[in-house]
Amino acid sequence: MEDLAMYLLDIANNAIRAMASLIEIVLINSEKRDLLLLSVKDNGEGMDDQMVEKVQDPFFTTRTTRKVGLGIPLFKQGALMANGSFKLESAPHQGTLIEASYQRSHLDTPPLGDIAESLVTIIQAGEAQTIRFHYEDDARVFDLDTDQVKEILEGVSILTPEVLLWLKTYIKEGIGQ
Amino acid sequence: MKSLEDLKKIREEAKRKMTMRLGEEQKYRVVVGMATCGIAAGARPVLNTLVEEVSRLNIPVTVTQTGCIGLCSLEPIVEVFDAKGEKTTYVLMNSEKAKQVALKHLKNDEVVEEYTIGQYKK
Repeated sequence: MEDLAMYLLDIANNAIRAMASLIEIVLINSEKRDLLLLSVKDNGEGMDDQMVEKVQDPFFTTRTTRKVGLGIPLFKQGALMANGSFKLESAPHQGTLIEASYQRSHLDTPPLGDIAESLVTIIQAGEAQTIRFHYEDDARVFDLDTDQVKEILEGVSILTPEVLLWLKTYIKEGIGQ
Repeated sequence: MKSLEDLKKIREEAKRKMTMRLGEEQKYRVVVGMATCGIAAGARPVLNTLVEEVSRLNIPVTVTQTGCIGLCSLEPIVEVFDAKGEKTTYVLMNSEKAKQVALKHLKNDEVVEEYTIGQYKK
């Protein structure tokens, strides 16, 4: 994983697989506070304490196609390496919150990457879900709610390529990338 | 500055196209592997290129995502299903190869043999 956008995509895919109907993504990118923070909260099936422990172990995965699960362990290690913190909170039927923060100026802090492209990819995978995205840096705040987008679309699918491409430029502009 | 209002124009255009396409058969269904292995290998730009090209070439194809297909070392993997359900598997994809698959396979119905899994195994 080269950048934060790729972690975002990977972690959000877990939320979609956990049958969440709402996925809330927060990205804070503040030079002033020397902070980079990414959190993904879902209302999916959640995990018990034992499972929360297990998913942080690279040799645990729920999939059957291969034996190593790397998404969460990599995310955690990356944050801790960059003088940041990592939080994973979950309870059965209550959903999951996963949050990683980084010291923004730290050498090991990953670059942001193409956040807009990751978000559009998540929106595409989570067509049935409500996805809310909140972004803030020292100069701007940007919010996107797919329910609002779907309402404007009046039944036209959010998967329509033209809609996805428009959303990508809209997000790019909104977060100043 | 773009606003959500701009979406209304896109919506109307999409509705117009939908009416034009009524009765037209969907040619292919394209599936891209998007688990950790796929993402790390560069599946995201492949997926997005496919979405862009399908829109640009105006072909009746849906592009969707799936998890780990089970051949992590050959990611990014793209599977193309035709109307009969026959599958073509493309491996070690990138944006450039995705453009060619969109044009040759999805638009002109010619399998791009050199990128298929069969070719790789030889």
